[in-house]
Amino acid sequence: MQRLEDLVDEALTATTSANDLRSLDDVRVRFLGKKGLLTEQLKQLGRLPETERPTAGQAINDAKQTVQTLIESRRAQFQAATLDEKLAAEAIDVTLPGRGQAGGGLHPVTQTLDRIEALFTQAGFEVAEGPEIEDTFHNFEALNIPANHPARAMHDTFYIDEQRLLRTHTSPVQIHVMEQRRPPLRIIAPGRVYRCDSDVTHTPMFHQVEGFMVDERVSFADLKGMLNDFLRAFFERDLDVRFRPSYFPFTEPSAEVDIQCVICGGAGCRVCKQSGWLEIMGCGMIHPQVLANVGIDSERYTGFAFGLGVERMAMLRHGVNDLRLFFENDLRFLRQFS
Amino acid sequence: MKFSVAWLREWVDPGITIEQLVAQLTMAGLEVDSVEPAAASSDGVVVGRVVSVDRHPDADKLTVCRVDVGAPEPLQIVCGAANVRAGILVPAALTGARLPNGMAIKKAKLRGVESSGMLCSAVELGLADSSDGLLELPDDAVPGVSLTGYLRLDDHCIEVDLTPNRADCLSVAGIAREVGVLNKLAVASPEMAPVVATIKDSVVVDIDAPQACPRYVGRVIKGINAQAGTPMWLRERLRRSGVRSISAVVDVTNYVLLELGQPMHAFDLDRLDGGIRIRYARASETLTLLDGQTITLDDNALVIADRQQAQALAGIMGGQASAVSDNTANIFLESAFFSPDVIAGRARKHGLHTDSSHRFERGVDPGLARTAIERATALLLDIVGGQAGPVIEVVIDSELPARRAVTLRASRLEQLLGMSIPADEVTDILRRLGMDVREEGAQWKVTPPGFRFDIAIEADLIEEVARIYGYNELPKTPLTGKLTLVPRPEEARRPAAIRQILVDRGYFEAITYSFVNAQLQASFTAGARTIALANPISDDMSEMRASLWPGLLQALIYNQNRQQSRMRFFEIGLKYSLQDNEVKEEKYVSGVVAGSRYPEQWGMDRNANPDVDFYDAKGDMEALLALSGRPGDFRFETAEHPALQPGRAARVVSAIDGAVGWIGDVHPAIARKLGLVGRVVLFEIAAAALRCESAARFAELSKFPAIRRDLAFIVDGRTEAGALRDTIANVAGDALVDLQLFDVFHMKGLDSGKKSLAFGLTVQEFSRTLTDREVDSLMEQVVAAVSGKHNAKLRD
Repeated sequence: MQRLEDLVDEALTATTSANDLRSLDDVRVRFLGKKGLLTEQLKQLGRLPETERPTAGQAINDAKQTVQTLIESRRAQFQAATLDEKLAAEAIDVTLPGRGQAGGGLHPVTQTLDRIEALFTQAGFEVAEGPEIEDTFHNFEALNIPANHPARAMHDTFYIDEQRLLRTHTSPVQIHVMEQRRPPLRIIAPGRVYRCDSDVTHTPMFHQVEGFMVDERVSFADLKGMLNDFLRAFFERDLDVRFRPSYFPFTEPSAEVDIQCVICGGAGCRVCKQSGWLEIMGCGMIHPQVLANVGIDSERYTGFAFGLGVERMAMLRHGVNDLRLFFENDLRFLRQFS
Repeated sequence: MKFSVAWLREWVDPGITIEQLVAQLTMAGLEVDSVEPAAASSDGVVVGRVVSVDRHPDADKLTVCRVDVGAPEPLQIVCGAANVRAGILVPAALTGARLPNGMAIKKAKLRGVESSGMLCSAVELGLADSSDGLLELPDDAVPGVSLTGYLRLDDHCIEVDLTPNRADCLSVAGIAREVGVLNKLAVASPEMAPVVATIKDSVVVDIDAPQACPRYVGRVIKGINAQAGTPMWLRERLRRSGVRSISAVVDVTNYVLLELGQPMHAFDLDRLDGGIRIRYARASETLTLLDGQTITLDDNALVIADRQQAQALAGIMGGQASAVSDNTANIFLESAFFSPDVIAGRARKHGLHTDSSHRFERGVDPGLARTAIERATALLLDIVGGQAGPVIEVVIDSELPARRAVTLRASRLEQLLGMSIPADEVTDILRRLGMDVREEGAQWKVTPPGFRFDIAIEADLIEEVARIYGYNELPKTPLTGKLTLVPRPEEARRPAAIRQILVDRGYFEAITYSFVNAQLQASFTAGARTIALANPISDDMSEMRASLWPGLLQALIYNQNRQQSRMRFFEIGLKYSLQDNEVKEEKYVSGVVAGSRYPEQWGMDRNANPDVDFYDAKGDMEALLALSGRPGDFRFETAEHPALQPGRAARVVSAIDGAVGWIGDVHPAIARKLGLVGRVVLFEIAAAALRCESAARFAELSKFPAIRRDLAFIVDGRTEAGALRDTIANVAGDALVDLQLFDVFHMKGLDSGKKSLAFGLTVQEFSRTLTDREVDSLMEQVVAAVSGKHNAKLRD
């Protein structure tokens, strides 16, 4: 059996000296192939006496196993080296930028509108829309603003002709909705509004969200509670919110809502004119005449309404300091909100 | 309404700080707009008496004065004012003083003469915008007393921004009333006793329009000195209310307006021809107003006329012909009540807005006219002298605004406010507000005072109670209600999805104005009937947009001018047009694309990343069309649009809605006119066309293999790929599950002018595996049809 050991030694030498997978395969064929040296040994077992065959067979199989292991481990070495080479060759600079299309972005006014809508829809409000070119009835008379009312002068209206105008507020959507539907109603109406006014703090077009709720026993306390919650949710802060008596022809009682200045936290700054408060929206209980104008029984139903300026909300939330930026569509501005 | 705090405190003094007062007013609905000191600090300025005036030896325009400033020795002060003379009392700034304009007073030599201070004008002290010479102080000024103390300059001016319903607060008396209510204090009015007539002169007053003017009070005052100076205290009060001093007579009427809220007018009696008649203007009657403008009146304009002509636009402005001048000796004083309905809108019609019209159109206490005329008479006699005639009063009681009792129910109060306020507190609040209150069980019968024009219904009373009780003392309750889930249509996701698709494809959302330049717009909207604004803010915003493209292109140019080259904008908004004189508002999704297809990046040279063209935008548009869930319903047809380059423009047609959009390169003529750089592609689609009416429906998946065959056809260069596509789809029928156009190639050489279109057809059956023979046969039919119909040749 000396020869078997020689063969294993020989195989070891051959395996070690094989320098690539191909020459290693030659080694495998030479020793383990169909006509390989060790395979030949097995074929010759038959010549041995029967009693020796198991031992001899076992020895040959052991030798085959040894050689097999030698070759496998050598193969693994080669594979590892090949993989290393491949890895080295394929290494990349991970700091290079990724490729493809760059995303755009939504306008901050749209984002603010989305945010406002999302909050109100949580409380069961539906979104409604109305025309932007309105008739004087829906924009004024139905909202208890008769011709020549001083409040009309305050609206700086763009007119198309005697009867038609650009809506000065989103409040006419109240009328449109209530002409079609009966309480209970919980509606918000976002959209563009127009005032004939243009300076550092006014653009002739801006966005408002009108909201209103009409049901039995809706109270001023409900209005206060809801707006308080809304403002805190919108700004994600436990802001102080206060209600001041005010006047709108279509609500009674009417209020202006102030929030603690989000810029200075109420300490007083340029934005809040040192008052610590920011005027943020108008609201009130829907005037009984407005309900009567759309045929809703104001004894049975009461409601509240509010209107807020979207650009102002966006300015405060994002720290934008110039209203006009919203309508310049400067990419350097828009990218900041993408 | 702007007023001096010191003046207010004469009427009512709540003993609180300015800050507290401001907070109190604001929280009561009288929003304080500004608070400012009555005058800038004038430390070191005292009353001085000019003892002597000598000419400056070396300067013609200067004088050398000796001025008594309360010190043992008079000071020598060089002065350049023309009105300086011995004996007058003037403000003297001592050395060391600093004037409001920043000037520091030092001992100096003026043309060689020593000067220890400066005599001051009103402008130098910040007390007027203009003046001619030194500010001459009244005789009661004592030399040496600080000017701040003498003029009570340690005062503040508060400006409240009053809402139109609170006309009752357009006076110091009104503000005082409100402060009294808030602090539970009585208000002390100055003495306003009737002035006894000393002459019998009177004027006949006829009211032709009793509804418009149910009360007219007048009075003749004769023998006045119209040139008398307005006393310093009165001028200062006017100034602190933002009113310019004009002449003694006008100043007194303005003073009463500020003090009591009653607008008044003084006519030069000698310029009136006959009695006073309050009537509507005759058609085309003209009137030259105090401000010099001549207006043409219509028969809705209420005028105060004499026998000849209109002498004043009632409640708005007096006329020039009968204006009080320096030479006026006799005046007729008017104090009337004009109905708000008659004045409202009239001033604005003539481009006017006066302190008088502001008050009358909001409502002046109809019971105030007599008090006011007595007050004015007393002041006038004091200041300009003269003799007063009897008060003339014409009143039509039945036409005076009636104050009807309004019922306030405790139950309604509680329901509307969400809390119960004790009954005696409600009664107290209403009474403090000057209301006449009758308690009737669980309700109140409340009659508002004459000065309140804003209390007509129960809700008005509820607001008053809430306001005085304090809005912030009222509870906040969370919303309650039935929580019902409402069906959510597939359509609901669409607006957000449209925006998201475009954003993901590199677009920024723009918001452009709804009004555009009419001329610019004309290039975009041939045929559409556009809507012009009657009162545009500028030519660039004169017409409602009938296309979103002009606005988007302006955004593009704005950014192009700021070194941006790659731009993608979209906007979702309304287009406005007239159809049969009806306004039509249609929501559109519009976009503009320019610059490279991808952002600049490594690994992509200009060949791999060319400038965008039609097909980039079309791909984005197709992504939008897919939102409808029926992209096959839309076709792109070659068509012409005034804003798009012919040959590179397509109309988008929906199978169910017809023409719904456009896409194409900007017309080169427009691009040149606007200065656009590079290729710019526009698109628009009606948002409604993208509606998705139902949820996607599942179609069974085939278990059998799909087979793909590629066919390339050579056709004339002008043949449209879409036509071939349609033919293939028609012939291949239901078995065709996918059809891709994967190569377009313009031939060269012999076949120049032709192009090769290569299609990949994927066929599949639901019930069985298609055999090669079947597929071959189908392909043969396709080839035959395409060849026949489009003069195409199969490419080898």
